[in-house]
Amino acid sequence: MATATASGAKGPKLNHIGLPIVDYRGGRSTLCAGCGHNAISERIIDAMFEMGVEPERVMKMSGIGCSSKSPAYFMNRSFSFNSVHGRMPSVTTGAVLANSTMTALGVSGDGDTASIGMGQFVHLMRRNLPMIYIIEDNGVYGLTKGQFSATADLGSKLKTGVINDLPPIDTCALAIQLGATFVGRSFSGDKKQLLSMLKAAIAHKGTVMLDVISPCVTFNDHEGSTKSYKFLQDHDEPINEIGFVASFDDIEVDYDSGQVYDVEMHDGSQLRLRKLLEDYDPTDKANAVRTLMEAHEKDEVLTGVFYINTQKPTFIDQLNLVDEPLATLPESVTRPPKSTLEALMANLQ
Amino acid sequence: MATGNLALGQEQGESSARPRIVNDFTINVATVNGSGSQSANSVLLKSIFGMGVPVSGKNLFPSNIAGLPTWFTIRASKDGYVARKRESDVLVALNAETAREDMLSLPTGGVAIYEENFNLKQYRDDVVCYPVPFDKLTAALCPEAKLRKLVKNMVYVGVVAQLLHLDLKVVEKCVQKQFAKKQKVFDLNFGAVETGFEYARTNFTKQDPYFIEQMSQTEGKIIIDGNAACGMGAVFAGVTVVAWYPITPSTSLIEATTDLLKKFRVTPEGKATFAVVQAEDELAAIGMVLGAGWAGARSMTSTSGPGISLMAEFTGLGYYAEIPGVIFDVQRTGPSTGMPTRTQQADLLSTALLSHGDTKHPVLMPGNVKECFEFGYAAFDVAERLQTPVFVLTDLDLGMNNWMSEQFAYPEKPLDRGKVLTAEEIEKLGGFARYRDVDGDAIGWRTLPGTMHPKAAYFTRGSGHNDAAGYTERPEEYVAVMDRLARKFEYARTLVPAPLTYRNGKSKIGFLAFGSTDFALRESLDQIENEHGLSVDYMRIRAVPFAQEIHDFVASHERVYVVEQNRDAQLASLLKLDLPADQVVKLRSILHYNGLPIDARTITDEFATKEGL
Repeated sequence: MATATASGAKGPKLNHIGLPIVDYRGGRSTLCAGCGHNAISERIIDAMFEMGVEPERVMKMSGIGCSSKSPAYFMNRSFSFNSVHGRMPSVTTGAVLANSTMTALGVSGDGDTASIGMGQFVHLMRRNLPMIYIIEDNGVYGLTKGQFSATADLGSKLKTGVINDLPPIDTCALAIQLGATFVGRSFSGDKKQLLSMLKAAIAHKGTVMLDVISPCVTFNDHEGSTKSYKFLQDHDEPINEIGFVASFDDIEVDYDSGQVYDVEMHDGSQLRLRKLLEDYDPTDKANAVRTLMEAHEKDEVLTGVFYINTQKPTFIDQLNLVDEPLATLPESVTRPPKSTLEALMANLQ
Repeated sequence: MATGNLALGQEQGESSARPRIVNDFTINVATVNGSGSQSANSVLLKSIFGMGVPVSGKNLFPSNIAGLPTWFTIRASKDGYVARKRESDVLVALNAETAREDMLSLPTGGVAIYEENFNLKQYRDDVVCYPVPFDKLTAALCPEAKLRKLVKNMVYVGVVAQLLHLDLKVVEKCVQKQFAKKQKVFDLNFGAVETGFEYARTNFTKQDPYFIEQMSQTEGKIIIDGNAACGMGAVFAGVTVVAWYPITPSTSLIEATTDLLKKFRVTPEGKATFAVVQAEDELAAIGMVLGAGWAGARSMTSTSGPGISLMAEFTGLGYYAEIPGVIFDVQRTGPSTGMPTRTQQADLLSTALLSHGDTKHPVLMPGNVKECFEFGYAAFDVAERLQTPVFVLTDLDLGMNNWMSEQFAYPEKPLDRGKVLTAEEIEKLGGFARYRDVDGDAIGWRTLPGTMHPKAAYFTRGSGHNDAAGYTERPEEYVAVMDRLARKFEYARTLVPAPLTYRNGKSKIGFLAFGSTDFALRESLDQIENEHGLSVDYMRIRAVPFAQEIHDFVASHERVYVVEQNRDAQLASLLKLDLPADQVVKLRSILHYNGLPIDARTITDEFATKEGL
């Protein structure tokens, strides 16, 4: 059970379930120093800690690639499954069906999602499986030393001078269109925005799809790359400022209410989106997609929460599953009695 | 059953012809796919069964929704032979397109019942002909044009029933069961049977020697197809997660499973204790199975050859990361798309060795519908005990055709959920190493997500790992895990279903086979005995990895014939990998791979040729 540190005055800060942040840490990262993925791992640790999620109640799922290695670098006390390339969605679907009481956090990359994994990604979004799906998006294949992925922007240039001549897939637009119920984009370097977004994601019931742009310092952080720190600092256009107040916190209002879009989450938390774009309504699907398309035209990278729907039933609701995990239902529930077999046999005579 | 002068006429007809052939012949019903002949075929099959005569039915259908030729063969066999017979004795020709060819394929002395317009008599004068105006009879019976196609089939049942001397009361019962509780539908259909029966009675004098007579060989027996039996097995294994993608011929396995789950696995509050997901493809289906298995659910999928190919990568992950899951493979004819509605046993190598790297998997191989049920539930125990994907290998012939069987017995043992540690146990142990062999059976202990202990979690990966589930590229750590996996597979030899020995006398000659080949082989062994005076031995292999008994069987014979339904002698190849070098030379193969179920005559003749008999 939770290993509560003595809560003396000098002890480390504990979260509301009595755990210090060290209980959310993972192994030492083997990714490159300065890799955006490491910053994302840090924010995941912060968000889980601040939200007071029990680490043992979390399943960390991933595919293959630099991004998919990162679950080893956060939350060692959580159950982890590093699966095969592009197939994390199906593995997560199975795991959530087996135990829908768990929080499922999937970490994928742009290659793992938008190329080899596109088929499974698309169908995951359709199902609205309760899980958080993070794309650590650097537009490049790192482990195989720097090939373009399908999210690389048109005209973006590799270190080797190769220019990308195919248009990018906007995973957020796709996710919104297909049925994900919480879709946002952030930047690994934006601590505040990413942390708020992750905390809201934890409170959401349904598929959360977060595209987190995460520059690859080794292969894609140079002049000419549209996924570089420099480019993002110049082109990042937030559509809303994200505030999140967890259900166990005192709800304070420090925004000008005329500019605020409040969303009540399933657990009673409040997601506060302060509009930066005029008339942006994050519950309007068509507008969300149009806004994203228009930003592409203007060469802008929009960040923020694009779409949220707290009403749509999840895949678990649709399957009408019992509340307890299917995995551990007792034999008395899962194996029909002898009389049932006898009746079946009688009917076949 | 006919009376008066007509009966006398029949007697005369018979006496002038060949001796009576009772309960030992095959009926071939030639129709068009999508014409709704299935109910009629089923009623005829079950009527023969209802008269206590051992019977089997085979649907030879095209890969098509409607419009192409379909044949349904029903074999009645007083000796209990249920394999395909190469030739049919009685033809019911309802398909104009194939009628001539069907007629020409009859043996001399065969019987043809056909739509009179087809005028088939012109092709054969050595066949007994019963032309029936099916269309006219049906039109009179059924004013609704839409239903005529269906009703026509029931008219043929009546004609056949009368000619073969089936008890009309038994037929009536079967029609009743077929259209349970729908009185109007029953009336229409049984009316059609009676019309056919009456037409035959008043218009034909029996000139052929074929009769069905009451026996008592089917009492207490059931009729079921292998796919339904597998599905039933899975349900009695307590399966909770089913993920699948439609593919012939395995789809009906999932349908049967789902039907039973909906019936028996819903709580009083109306909640499901199972999840069935139609996945986007076979890759996703097996991914869901492994995700669910990893999280502790009993999970399964069902597929056929092309799906097996797609599941290759994931199955290797399941092997290496040691995750349970059950994969039913209802084999069809390969390679590639092959012939989707024809049968074969050509996925043995691809399942047993599926995926890149050093991988191997337990494969359970039921030889009849009862074993489809038994292995259908046992596979889950084996998978969870061994923590690995397990295949259940059946085929289209076994899976989609109707087979007579003993009733299935309720599983004797409780579920074996394998080695899973609880939080309390971890507390007592002070921790655990996921892939460490602490019990000497080469199987580590696992934990399930949600086990509330700070030391319960581990990192599951398909990349190189040591026995504590840590990432490794160290040669000795990698080898230690691979060697333990090899030992686990050795242990599996004792866990999977043992082979069955049907005959083991003093013969120098032995036979080995697996799966649905059994039906034809057992008939063939009787033929070999009757025709050549040779009593040979036979062992049926029921699983990979091979049990010691199989080695002993080969060792105790001079020549061992391996009979299987594929071109490349896949079972013999696997045996050659497993047997000592001096035993390998004993193996000889008898192969059948044209897409039709193997028949006894093929085996007997090839054996005789090979033995120089």
